[in-house]
Amino acid sequence: MKPYYSKEVIKRFTNPKNFGEIKNADAVGRVGNPRCGDIMKLYIKVEKKGGKEIIKDIKFHTLGCAAAIATSDMACDLVKGKTLKEALKIDYKKIVKELGDLPPIKIHCSVLAREGLKATVENYYAKRKGQKK
Amino acid sequence: MTKKIYLDYASTTPVDPRVLRAMLPYFNKKFGNTMSLHSFGQEAKLALERSREEVAGLIGAKTEEIIFTGSATESNNLALKGIAFANRNKGNHIIISSIEHPCIMESACWLESQGFEITRLKVDKYGQVSPKDVRTAMKKGTILVSVMHASNEIGTIQPIAEIGKICREKGVYFHTDAVQSFGKIPINVNSMNLDLLSASSHKMYGPKGAALLFVRKGVKIEPILHGGGQEIDLRSSTVNVPAIVGFARACIIAKKEMAKENKNLAKLRDKLIKEILKKIKGSYLNGHPEKRLPNNVNFWFEFVEGESMVIQLDLLGIAVSTGSACSSVKLEPSHVLLAIGLKHQEAHGSLRITLGKRTTESEVNYLIKVLPGIIKNLRKISGAEQLQ
Repeated sequence: MKPYYSKEVIKRFTNPKNFGEIKNADAVGRVGNPRCGDIMKLYIKVEKKGGKEIIKDIKFHTLGCAAAIATSDMACDLVKGKTLKEALKIDYKKIVKELGDLPPIKIHCSVLAREGLKATVENYYAKRKGQKK
Repeated sequence: MTKKIYLDYASTTPVDPRVLRAMLPYFNKKFGNTMSLHSFGQEAKLALERSREEVAGLIGAKTEEIIFTGSATESNNLALKGIAFANRNKGNHIIISSIEHPCIMESACWLESQGFEITRLKVDKYGQVSPKDVRTAMKKGTILVSVMHASNEIGTIQPIAEIGKICREKGVYFHTDAVQSFGKIPINVNSMNLDLLSASSHKMYGPKGAALLFVRKGVKIEPILHGGGQEIDLRSSTVNVPAIVGFARACIIAKKEMAKENKNLAKLRDKLIKEILKKIKGSYLNGHPEKRLPNNVNFWFEFVEGESMVIQLDLLGIAVSTGSACSSVKLEPSHVLLAIGLKHQEAHGSLRITLGKRTTESEVNYLIKVLPGIIKNLRKISGAEQLQ
């Protein structure tokens, strides 16, 4: 029998590297709701390099279970240094795989992290559009 | 810290060594089937009937009023379904509380699908049912009232004798799920006006696999298991003699040691409640401040999710539980916490700590020492104020 949570999940849950707030973040994404229990907030700092928009820094605040915290931390690592387009392509299965699997009832946590990334990037695009006008 | 600390006694308890010793001969020496006529069978039958007497003695029941079953879930299913189907000619209305254990809640739902009408009584903010509400909910076709004695989650003790008095007056059968209170606090089926009562062995230092349903003499009830006619035809199945012998021994021990143990548990419980509420900001007690089991503590904490606390404590060797949705298969928070008026996010931040016989003051002190740090850390990750 496998342990309920993988070593990687426990490691990231007990010692997340990416939690916290980015002051003056270029975009913020907020997903989840108090009803389901998990709330995730992502902050990004974007850098323009050779016509590409790169996630220079990303941090999170997550109110949730061990899996929600671990997926938040992993999602941050997976997109740091990537372009916004690449970040949108990360799917929840990739997050699950990198975490060394999740219990079946916790897969939705990785979906939430994926939605968080999407919401953050969309917030960035919306802000940029607003600035242009 | 390598020593493990078990603070989840409401979930299950370790078998008392004296119970285990009493059980051992019944596995391979006195192993007969209670239905056999030969000496092996009669030896087992004797042990069964002696056990029945011992168990009955703990709650003031008559020996023949104790039906042994395999689990509390089975006892509760038998109580609800057995009474419902045996008394259909009298009516189809059953009253339960909204904070019952899932085996009562689900049995009631199933009965609803079979054409019975279920009333689920609200509870106050401490989790108590009002006897007045029971009286108001009764009508012509009411055949059964079932209200749990003490909550498995928040430890609140119900005014069972009062509710029972109303049921008696109205001629309605009264059942209580006493799984958490049986062997823990005094119970008398007569002074509490009970017609049926469920209890389980493994919650009181007996083995798993033995439970009981007290059925007052004269109560009309149908079996749900049909077969060889064991347990006065109410629970056909080969009798689990070793487990029942263990259950009975656990009852004898409980009768003798309950008062002293409760004094000790209540002291530890009160210390834990006082210290945690003092040390941790945004912490609240769930359940009744006084009318609660001596071993139950249940909090909710702002801006922390319950499962993450359980996992953090487990990593330190401390075993507790939560009513958070994140720990449930259904991804819904505890119906009990919602029934006492907690919002979803509040119920998600709940933590249940249940003490037992082996709990020491130094174990409680250790929890008091580590919990504030765990919560502080998780609140940093949740960004408490940013999420408001």
